[in-house]
Amino acid sequence: MSNKVIGTSVPRWDAWSKVCGKADYTADIPVKNMLYGKIVRATIAHGRVLSLDTQAALAVPGVLKVLTPADLPRVKHATAGHPYTLDRSGDVYDKNILTEDVRLYGDEIAAVIAETQLAADIAAQKITAVYEEYPIYLTAQEAMTEGAREIHEGTKGNILADTTAKVGNVEEGFALADYVFEDEHRTQVVQHCHMENQTATAFQSADGRWTCISSTQIPHICRRILGEALDMPWSSFRVIKPFIGGGFGNKQDVTIEPLVVAMSIAMGGRPVRLELEREEVLAYTRVRHAIHYRSKVGVSKDGKITAWQVDAVSKTGGYASHGHSVAAKGGGILCTLYEIPHMSFRSRTVLTNTGNAGAMRGYGVPQITFAIEAMTDKICKELQLDPFEFRLANFKKEGAPHPLNGIPMVTNKVADCLTLGRQRFGWDAKMADSGAKGGSVRRGVGVAAFSYATGVYPYSLEIAGCRLTLNQDGTVKMLVGATEIGQGIDTGLAQIAAETLGIPAEMVYAEETTDTDIAPFDTGAYASRQIYVTGVAVAKAAEELKDKICRAAGKFYEIPHSAADVEDAFVINSVTGERVASLGDLALRTYYDKARAQTLTAEVSHNCHDNSYPMGVTFAEVDVDTQTGVVTVRSILNAHDSGVIINPLLAKGQVEGGMGMAISYALGEDLFYDPKTGEPLNNNLLDYKMPTCMDTPELDCMFVEPEDPFGPFGAKGLGEPPICSPAAAIRNAVCHALGFEINALPLTPGKVFAAIQNNRGGGADV
Amino acid sequence: MRKLINIEVNGKAREVAVDVRASLLEVLRGELELTGSKKGCGVGECGACTVLMDGVAVNSCISLAVWADGRKVTTIEGVSPEPGKLSDVQQSFVDSGAVQCGFCTPGLVMAATALLGEQPSPSREEIRRGLSGNLCRCTGYSTIIDAVENVAKTRGQA
Amino acid sequence: MYDFASYTEAADIHEAVGLLCANPNARIIAGGTDVLIKLRSRDEAFVGRDFVGVTRIPGMTDIRLCDDGTIVIGAAASFAKIEGDAVIAQHLPSLAQAAGSVGGPQIRNMGTVGGNLANGATSADTASMLLACDATLVIAGAQGDTEVPLAGFHQGPGRVKLEHGQILKEIRVAKAGYEGYKGGYIKFAVRRAMDIATLGCAVMIKMDGDRIEDLRIAFGVAGPVPLRAASAEAYAKGQTLCDEVLEQIGRKCLEDTNARDSWRAAKAFRQQLISVLPGRAVRKALGGDGDA
Repeated sequence: MSNKVIGTSVPRWDAWSKVCGKADYTADIPVKNMLYGKIVRATIAHGRVLSLDTQAALAVPGVLKVLTPADLPRVKHATAGHPYTLDRSGDVYDKNILTEDVRLYGDEIAAVIAETQLAADIAAQKITAVYEEYPIYLTAQEAMTEGAREIHEGTKGNILADTTAKVGNVEEGFALADYVFEDEHRTQVVQHCHMENQTATAFQSADGRWTCISSTQIPHICRRILGEALDMPWSSFRVIKPFIGGGFGNKQDVTIEPLVVAMSIAMGGRPVRLELEREEVLAYTRVRHAIHYRSKVGVSKDGKITAWQVDAVSKTGGYASHGHSVAAKGGGILCTLYEIPHMSFRSRTVLTNTGNAGAMRGYGVPQITFAIEAMTDKICKELQLDPFEFRLANFKKEGAPHPLNGIPMVTNKVADCLTLGRQRFGWDAKMADSGAKGGSVRRGVGVAAFSYATGVYPYSLEIAGCRLTLNQDGTVKMLVGATEIGQGIDTGLAQIAAETLGIPAEMVYAEETTDTDIAPFDTGAYASRQIYVTGVAVAKAAEELKDKICRAAGKFYEIPHSAADVEDAFVINSVTGERVASLGDLALRTYYDKARAQTLTAEVSHNCHDNSYPMGVTFAEVDVDTQTGVVTVRSILNAHDSGVIINPLLAKGQVEGGMGMAISYALGEDLFYDPKTGEPLNNNLLDYKMPTCMDTPELDCMFVEPEDPFGPFGAKGLGEPPICSPAAAIRNAVCHALGFEINALPLTPGKVFAAIQNNRGGGADV
Repeated sequence: MRKLINIEVNGKAREVAVDVRASLLEVLRGELELTGSKKGCGVGECGACTVLMDGVAVNSCISLAVWADGRKVTTIEGVSPEPGKLSDVQQSFVDSGAVQCGFCTPGLVMAATALLGEQPSPSREEIRRGLSGNLCRCTGYSTIIDAVENVAKTRGQA
Repeated sequence: MYDFASYTEAADIHEAVGLLCANPNARIIAGGTDVLIKLRSRDEAFVGRDFVGVTRIPGMTDIRLCDDGTIVIGAAASFAKIEGDAVIAQHLPSLAQAAGSVGGPQIRNMGTVGGNLANGATSADTASMLLACDATLVIAGAQGDTEVPLAGFHQGPGRVKLEHGQILKEIRVAKAGYEGYKGGYIKFAVRRAMDIATLGCAVMIKMDGDRIEDLRIAFGVAGPVPLRAASAEAYAKGQTLCDEVLEQIGRKCLEDTNARDSWRAAKAFRQQLISVLPGRAVRKALGGDGDA
């Protein structure tokens, strides 16, 4: 039976409200008697607050209270939006809501509560601190230096974790190699730049508990972390997520919610809003990890990889946040992209006095893909191998088990992405057209492939919930704990429900808020998991509801329930094909039949024990102006295997958005810190080069669509994959144009020019 | 210090006592309860707060409310021709897949409305330039440019 | 909410001057695209001030051509107004280019050329272009109007030659500043919009056949203030235009400029731009597509 709703570009249900300005985000929701908060931030990068002078701040008219660490529970919490583990082994509990121990410039040392935002802002500026200052470590190398002070007591050498993932025996692998290649690659600190800054409002509800309306990707996890941070029962809190203006992983950390709830508690339950400014978001929420890779690859004469060794050093900033998982993820990526008989992937995650790194779209994979595909490019160039043949000969084969966790990669169409993408991109013609272009311009082409995963199984809990209710008129209300953050998951999930139920998508109502008191349990928006994990929960709930509908049909109409089915919102007799009644007619009876009414709902909690692997390839063509170092992307294509595409228009949006972020990751974005003080230098949207539409080229994308056996209707994750490979492909194209390698991101004009001058790559320590 | 100002907001004359220190965005979102215009940066870099003042696109976050005295202000809430209907620009944003998180959308709809008022049939390059004061992190801009191009084409055929 | 004391909108330039003279705490605000940003960052030079608005002063935003050929631009003319003005388009299209390179549409609708000059930024796109046009400034004060050259107006980063009580009223470009010249402006920045110049390069060139009769080159961000490249200009006069000469002009510009290292760009890179962009700006002025 062919799908009616899956695979169609159903308009997202919330688009009309967004184009009208009707969609309410956290700061748009009216709250009575509101107070306003402001965080007081440290003006040093490493040290201890010896004293705080709050007198002048308290004298500012409208200021009601200044909170200091002494006013708050001394218990530490972990901020990462990971699923909880029963032995609390998953995360590093290293954060106080406010701190005397300053670990990065801008660390949160006090907070003001006032009647107006202006009063809070003025007062925050008037609070002065006396510090004891410690040496600052802005790079991982500095932080790991012998004798360096521990940024968190007990973290030896400031190394949060040091792990090695192994396949085979890498030394044996190098012994089998005819050629060995080595190089280093570096990536920079960048930021998510979701358009809506972190905002949260907290107040005491009528039942005496604490409600926190927040722009969070992880409402249910946020509730748990509120409990941990404030040392109160988890059920004391109710987290409500309204519309969200993007997250990209930054809102997968709990950054402001514990403080805003603490503020409301301090004010006896009066509502308090804490709305970060853009400067705070850029510098003091979370950033992407800068990682320094040293790679060594063995290749045999016949062009097969025999061994691959990586030593990765990842800079995580002042707190653990997502900890080591970002850097460590690279090992699994490397050995699922290529067949590597002998692999050693060492990763160290290092605390530094810089912006706190956490989750960001791609979760370490844009970084490792940059290193992997730069090495692949090097091997092909030096051995004069065709970059397509080499990749095809070495790609991990479809069906092969994941070398580290044994889960088979049942669908893996990376080879099709490469070959079909090559045609669509017009690679061969573009390759022929590369080289000197007159004046100072040189043209080049580059390709890069990536591997990804869907969700976090088997490393963490994967759980999702869905509740469906048949309304009086046959429409269906869908409640999920999954989090719509702009990606369109609600619409995709509604399509899954509709397809399964046999009704059009517009008969399924999604919910604009996720409320932990109401929504079924789900861990939230991250790891490209929701279509795959929540999608199965929705499909199962829809199957259950449909079964109930069919049983009710057997009850209300003269039809055996085993013959009943639903098609186009009609109850049909599947044996005769006849329409028995409209679904609306049946629904009305389930509510109001005086004798037999019994309303129909279905609720499913799905514990997912699968993983599937989205794969893909980027092709890029660039011009490099050798006089100015300016790189212009002339054309770019992402080819994706994300299984069956549920909604082509929304999928295209995900891919193009990821490509846009990736292009400026390759070419422009870079968050700087003052080398003397550790103060962020460009934490505003003028100086931080988030791209405008004049900086983003035309984008092309295509999908190869194998039917994955585990995802709903064959889908795999798609949210993060598009950002994984463009930077590597652009870098390879730039190197092709120039005829030498550049191994540090971003490829800004200044850096490309410097590389041309030096005719070599490299960069500063991360 | 408060000042009484007269603004025509979305076609309706309003007399508002504003704090002279208030931005237009604060008055729109506060006193006038028009929360469609968003604050993304506060410094005129992101364009999420874009409104039309006498038909011209401005960042309401870095405009004082008193500057709107005697002027016509159009916000996202007033861009549709009649209640319950979408303007062609709004409809095209929906149809072209130009809306994701939606936080930049009101500002972009306003900027696009202003652009198409000045240039009825812009090229894709001109559309890029006309929307260059509005940042979007979700879309890579592609579908947004499509949306504006589609309006221009449709209007051209009308 | 911005943190200032009061706001008064001046009805005419005399009232504005009077408000300033009567109150040492008073300060001018025009389009707000710079002042409000500094206020928001709680810059001490702006917080708590009494602001005087000037954008509704009649004539303050006008652009006109005088009988003697002088182009007069009201200081409160927005970048968008300059970009779209017929007089500018006809006589000084390179100023329209420079104004059109500022920010994005919304910023160009509000930001003013007077603010661009008076805030004293070396990166100001219209400053280097106007400097290449030998522009003069009309400054209103208690003693009436005075006219001074733009060259010398900038005193250092964020500092200009304006006393308290003085207001930049008009920018003038005399006929000799533009007649017979072709102009070009190249803004080199990391982004193609919403950015400040890593380096700005403005040229005005007058050709005599294939010989350069006169060339004026001005830079933004090649030193603490917008500046002219005197020795490069002197060298260029009389040379036959060719790639080698343009390259030599670029090298000469290094003698006239004082680029610095900053986190935004390395000195060596700025110097490269200083030597490359003038030639491109000349080609652009003469009708090529030599953009950065």
